[in-house]
Amino acid sequence: MINQTDQQISSSDELAALAAEHQAKQAQYENSIFVCMGTACQSVQSGSVLQALQAEVKSRALEDKCRVSPGGCQGNCASAPLVSLPQRDLLYQLAQPSDVSAIVDSLQGEPVTSLLCDNKSDFFVRQNRVVTNHRGLLNPESIDDYIAAGGFVALLKALFEYSPEAVVEQVQKSGLRGRGGAGYPTGLKWSTVAKARADQKYVVCNADEGDPGAFMNRSVLEDYPFRVLEGMAIAAYAVGATKGYVYVRAEYPLAVERVKKAIRSAEKHGLLGNKIASSSFDFHVEIRLGAGAFVCGEETALISSIEGGKGLPCPRPPYPAESGLWGKPTLINNVETFANIVPIVTNGADWYAAIGTPKSKGTKTFALSGRIKNTGLVEVPLGTTLREMIFDIGGGVPDGHKFKAVQTGGPAGGCIPEEHLDATIDYESLLALGSFMGSGGMIVMDDSSCMVDVAKFFMQFCAAESCGKCIPCRVGTAHMHDMLDRITQGEGTMDELGQLESLCDVVQFTSLCGLGQGAPNPVLSTLRFFKNEYLAHIVGHTCPAGVCAPVGQDIRRPKCAL
Amino acid sequence: MTARAAAKQKQIGKFPSDDKRWLIVAAVMRKYGSAQSALIETLHAVQSSFGYLDDSSLAFVARSLRLPLSKVYGVATFYSHFRLKPQGKHTCVVCMGTACYIKGSAKLLQKVDRKYGLKVGDTSADNKLSLLEARCLGACGIAPAGIFDGTVLGNLSDDLVESKIDSWIAEPESVSQAN
Repeated sequence: MINQTDQQISSSDELAALAAEHQAKQAQYENSIFVCMGTACQSVQSGSVLQALQAEVKSRALEDKCRVSPGGCQGNCASAPLVSLPQRDLLYQLAQPSDVSAIVDSLQGEPVTSLLCDNKSDFFVRQNRVVTNHRGLLNPESIDDYIAAGGFVALLKALFEYSPEAVVEQVQKSGLRGRGGAGYPTGLKWSTVAKARADQKYVVCNADEGDPGAFMNRSVLEDYPFRVLEGMAIAAYAVGATKGYVYVRAEYPLAVERVKKAIRSAEKHGLLGNKIASSSFDFHVEIRLGAGAFVCGEETALISSIEGGKGLPCPRPPYPAESGLWGKPTLINNVETFANIVPIVTNGADWYAAIGTPKSKGTKTFALSGRIKNTGLVEVPLGTTLREMIFDIGGGVPDGHKFKAVQTGGPAGGCIPEEHLDATIDYESLLALGSFMGSGGMIVMDDSSCMVDVAKFFMQFCAAESCGKCIPCRVGTAHMHDMLDRITQGEGTMDELGQLESLCDVVQFTSLCGLGQGAPNPVLSTLRFFKNEYLAHIVGHTCPAGVCAPVGQDIRRPKCAL
Repeated sequence: MTARAAAKQKQIGKFPSDDKRWLIVAAVMRKYGSAQSALIETLHAVQSSFGYLDDSSLAFVARSLRLPLSKVYGVATFYSHFRLKPQGKHTCVVCMGTACYIKGSAKLLQKVDRKYGLKVGDTSADNKLSLLEARCLGACGIAPAGIFDGTVLGNLSDDLVESKIDSWIAEPESVSQAN
């Protein structure tokens, strides 16, 4: 184990020296073993695998030759727990504490074939990792590991080589767009905040990943807490802020813990706090915990939650960039947006702009889940097609079922059917399909899912999460849920279906914030692509997928309960 | 104690009981200078120390942060994370995120209801078990997922959930009273 040192860093040279020192320490080991300690792997006891490996290495007196360390997410959570041996280019899946002896043997000898995970498969080679480029091969809690891997070079480069305007210009040139879903150009947002005149400005990292079925931000925060903080610090320097907040869901205890630790160790190294790297730039970061309100992902609601109130959104303008937290100009970006800043500053805007499509640059992480073989976290260049994503990287639908739809964008997104799978994944083409990029959840559904039931599920979510401030959202979502409920019970009529459509329209165009405006999307997109299922429920009183009632049976409730 | 620290202590006011855990709550408030914006952090501290928020703790927080009780109550009821009722000794949280739903978490809850007569939000009569649902745990890769007494478990099956619950129910009464 590498000892954590508390050396204050005051120049790029010192940082480079420290990085070289840690690299040399790591190079002393002939081998290393990384055990994923992400949420998914921990839930299948990767912690005990790690302990067993440490004990095994110790009992064989290999501590000086082999480093055993907690690592980050490898991506394919379906095969958790994952153990990686980078020097041998091996990845083991479904590892158990009883396997550790064989794993340590394989440092020298033959790989353990029963545990082998093919790290040359499409799932791994088709990805392009920019945000998650360390592939889990560093200890997420160790600032030494991060510095050895080139961490904080970008921050010091920005501080000592660029003016704040030049940093904003780099971000603008990179073409980076907000990764929270709406795709607002990040550089434009930064320049608005930079131009605003105020005695105090704030930088806020939105880690209130509320979309059900999305966990990219959790994973990025858990694995790369330093990188997100470094991105925030660069942003603060560029826009002239001195105080930052990470607003993170209380449901992500591991991410909260790691960010807390990361802030502390960055402060000890003089890379956060007062006079960062002995320059005149101050930047303090605090954590604010969410408390389980989906609407707080909306930026004005998030601000009111940080201020200690209910998470109610406010009409915009004024945008937070002009009047945000405590009325001061506030830059709010998503976790992944901040994580993209470091590679942009390190490699240059042109390098970044070369990835992706003309309008959607760079890469995006997605959380693949649902009825798909390789569930987990993937990162691909924007412009990849849905088909490549689901069938090549995701491995397709398991158990002989047939693909039906992929849902993107969370409760504000839509369901995309098979005939549109050749559409590319970028902000515009998903919008054209009635869906939405969202923060990056991608849930695959097969023929065992009823699309009316899915629409009802999302509507129930939106109705429950509506903050109640504006009437279209508060009342509209509840009504739409009732209508969908009636349809799934065979009580809907064609008239009602028409009413449902027009209600969707009203809610979409008159709601105050993104929650209400997006709430009708699942209904509209399922109506567009799967109208026959609605008709089967309303006219035929059957559920083709066998969810609302077994296939072939009448979905209407018997008149008498007995 | 310096004069300033004494003034701050006075600001926080008298604790609702002699329970030592109030010191943790007071420390959190002090960390944020008893600012009104620390309300949510303070409620988190109360809930993590006592398990839930009761009337006296809400009144105490309101007094200490110089906020109207209505605002404190409003915030406590707005966020689904805060609980105003005590929980059972064990908690079972089933994720109802999209991926878990697609993989059958709703059916899982139905089975629990059928077998144990517990609906979401219920606590069993003997206070041994509370059943809760979560919006999304962000553990979609291992759906359906749940949290059993703070530990995330994935790929839940009916058998797994039932065996967990059965083992809690089978615990001798004296153990649950001791806690």
